[in-house]
Amino acid sequence: MPIFWLIVILLALTACGYWFGRSRALASANGNPRELHSLPVYYGANVAMSIAIPALMTLAIWLLVQPMVIESRVSASLPSEVIPENTSIGLIMGDVRRLSDGLDEVVAQGFLDAKQALDLNSETTDIRATLGEVGVALGSDVRPEVLAAAQQYRQLSATGGRAMTLVCLFLALGGLVLSLRKTNKTFRARNVVERGILALLVLAASLAILTTVGIVFSMLFETINFFGLHAWRDFFFGTTWAPNFRGDSELSMLPLLWGTLYISAIALLVAVPVGLFAAIYLSEYAGSTVRSFAKPLLEILAGIPTIVYGLFALLTVGPLLLKLFGQGEEGLLGLTWMSGATSVLTAGVVMGIMLIPFVSSLSDDIINAVPQALRDGSLGLGATKSETIRQVVLPAALPGIVGAILLAASRAIGETMIVVMGAGAIAKFSANPFESMTTITTRVVSQLTGDTDFASPETLVAFALGLSLFVLTLGLNVLALYIVRKYREQYD
Amino acid sequence: MTDFSPSSTPPTSVQTSLLTLSDRTKKRNANERRFKAYGIAAIAVGLLMLLVLVVTIFGRGTGAFQQTFVTLDVELLESKLDKTGERNIEDIERISTFGYAPLVNGAMSAAIEQHGVDTSLKSKQLAGLLSKGAVAQLRAYVLANPQQIGETVEFRFLAQSRVDGYLKGRVSRDSIENDKNISAAQLDVVDALVAAGVIEKSFNLDFILGSDASDQRPEAAGMGVSMLGSFFMMLVVLALALPIGVAASIYLEEFAPKNWITDIIEVNIANLAAVPSIVYGILGLAVFINYMHLPMSAPLVGGLVLTLMTLPTIIISTRAALKAVPPSIRDAALGVGASKMQSVFHHVLPLAAPGILTGTIIGLAQALGETAPLLLIGMVGFIASNAPETLGEGLLSPNSAMPAQIYEWAKRADPAFYERAWGGIIILLLFLVTMNTVAVVLRRRFERRW
Repeated sequence: MPIFWLIVILLALTACGYWFGRSRALASANGNPRELHSLPVYYGANVAMSIAIPALMTLAIWLLVQPMVIESRVSASLPSEVIPENTSIGLIMGDVRRLSDGLDEVVAQGFLDAKQALDLNSETTDIRATLGEVGVALGSDVRPEVLAAAQQYRQLSATGGRAMTLVCLFLALGGLVLSLRKTNKTFRARNVVERGILALLVLAASLAILTTVGIVFSMLFETINFFGLHAWRDFFFGTTWAPNFRGDSELSMLPLLWGTLYISAIALLVAVPVGLFAAIYLSEYAGSTVRSFAKPLLEILAGIPTIVYGLFALLTVGPLLLKLFGQGEEGLLGLTWMSGATSVLTAGVVMGIMLIPFVSSLSDDIINAVPQALRDGSLGLGATKSETIRQVVLPAALPGIVGAILLAASRAIGETMIVVMGAGAIAKFSANPFESMTTITTRVVSQLTGDTDFASPETLVAFALGLSLFVLTLGLNVLALYIVRKYREQYD
Repeated sequence: MTDFSPSSTPPTSVQTSLLTLSDRTKKRNANERRFKAYGIAAIAVGLLMLLVLVVTIFGRGTGAFQQTFVTLDVELLESKLDKTGERNIEDIERISTFGYAPLVNGAMSAAIEQHGVDTSLKSKQLAGLLSKGAVAQLRAYVLANPQQIGETVEFRFLAQSRVDGYLKGRVSRDSIENDKNISAAQLDVVDALVAAGVIEKSFNLDFILGSDASDQRPEAAGMGVSMLGSFFMMLVVLALALPIGVAASIYLEEFAPKNWITDIIEVNIANLAAVPSIVYGILGLAVFINYMHLPMSAPLVGGLVLTLMTLPTIIISTRAALKAVPPSIRDAALGVGASKMQSVFHHVLPLAAPGILTGTIIGLAQALGETAPLLLIGMVGFIASNAPETLGEGLLSPNSAMPAQIYEWAKRADPAFYERAWGGIIILLLFLVTMNTVAVVLRRRFERRW
């Protein structure tokens, strides 16, 4: 039974259960709600929750666990000689999965009936051609062992699916019967329902932890796989990035890290002075009219999607810089420093524009948090306004501003679209800002788009890069939050 | 006090009058003015950048909403389309688009003759001014209206992208020297036909509602299907992120005991808000596609990834909204006998609803413009051509999304697609501006100060 219909049935049962529970409670009190312990809705909700929560949760967990169990059982039953040299079990399992999905598709489209599909023999039928007819492309001819594994896979999935349907329906009906039997006028329905709701709230809150765990583990497993295929020393300390899909690639992070940090540094060089001075002017000099229009207008820059900045870099800023610093005699300055529109400078400048409001609004908050007494004291001693700001306000706000800059830096390091479109694809160590360079995020995108083979180091390296990126940005954020928090305690 | 003695050397500059400024004061005042000017310059730079961005977007993008059309009278020859004359739909269907090319060629030559344009080009080259999709458009019309065979019908065909570019000023006679898609002689014909009113530019609804087209036909590409993809993703985000986010915030704000577990959750949420979006893409690829085998490129997967990404934003703004409800409301509810849960759900939550809604809309707007995670789960790199018909199909069949479609166009080689990319950005920004305006209006209208 498709999962969709299972869910519909469960929801229908829930709705019925609500109505049964409510009417049964009222009936036990002879139709007088005042005799009930709780309001009638709570009796209905109690029955509904007893039906829906266990069944739906089992469904969710089952759907998560079943593929894992089936996969391990099928791969355990594959004879080891099936696996050719220099491929992994994961590759074969990919074939098995594709084949079994393909067979399901063949049955669904009516080319074969279910029994024929089970009796298929790879020597008598050309399975690859059959699957081709329904639009499932297989990479190679089907070997008998793989077909057997695929059949086992299908059988286990079908059995698993049936068992799941039965268990879920059983749980739902059991919940209905049990909770209906408990329903009478002395039953403390509200307390039970509220405890259930609280449990759901806790579950929702812990989803945040689950996401983090998911992020870390999804990348960690593949990273460990990657380090099984590729030396970690080379990844962290090598100096060449040269992926090669025939194997024997040199995959090291340092050139990418250099590009990332260089572009981020240029972005901060643009964003920090502009953002900081804008924040100082807005908080210390500007009247309320200027402030009320300039601040929201600047913040629009932060709300523009990064794809827009990426396009701006690719189609406007890049060609403009090329006209200024490249093209020799035809260019505006007659220089030949730049050879293409994508460069560190292109991406850095555009990213800097994006970060201006980020720096300015954070610093604005921090400067505003400096107590007025400090300013009054300084002005009273005869300092001018700018002297007050430079010698009193800014030193007092410095930890917070450093925190803001670190947050902006973490944003810059993790930014993807601008560098994908504006920075180029060449990994190298160079100090020339007019050359195109590549970054960690760009490489993650290019290694994971298109045809990916999760057994090759060229694909898996993206997970190692992603994990490094995650650790790097997380470190910066934690450091920034720590500095900001520590600073705040001084005045509160 | 006793050792006070006037210094033997008098100060180098003696302040003689209060009304004239000393050099040092002048310097300090100049410093002050300079410092203030830096601030003004910084604001000006920021606003200038915004202005440049907006002007670029609208300057380059508005062209995409207009398209060049060629209006032709096509004689639907019975001899070509239905030799038997029985109007049997199966016979008519057997004629491929190739069979329609002579009709288009003929119509083009007829138009040239009718308007007295002098040209040495053959009818095939003349028909080359039309989009490659013109014959398909003609065929679709005939299959839908077989009774029209034998009549002469007026059609509005798209012109090919070079002609469109020529009318919009993107393509010039110098730039086409090495272009095999169009020649200078063809442009002469275009000039004449524009003067005769056969070729004209007009508003192109298909750019907003249509589907993407192959990289051979930039003139036919539109945003419509990817807009639907974005719409289905936003449905998923709204259906998951809002309830989960609100539930998590209620727990953290109203029920959570102060202990280390709560601390961990709070720190976690703050950090999740700052995780680069591409990391969420990696998570989606690893968990939803590799592990759970959900279909690649499906809006459902995109929606799930964006849900995880938006959750921290929604939780942070919901908590702020809940915090803004004064404790007296809770105390009053508890005082008249409500349970803690009732006080929260019946009294605090409705009062916080406008703030929650505002935060949700802003979170959705952020998710709508996000591109990077979508690249990893495969929502680019193919042509989203068919509009989904049912909810299930909309969620599960491969589709693109607005920002991913823009990225796709920006990557293609033909500059005609760049104009469409900018035009797509205008549409995307219109959505974002609308959503943010609604959020601001909601806040202004319903915000309560206690």
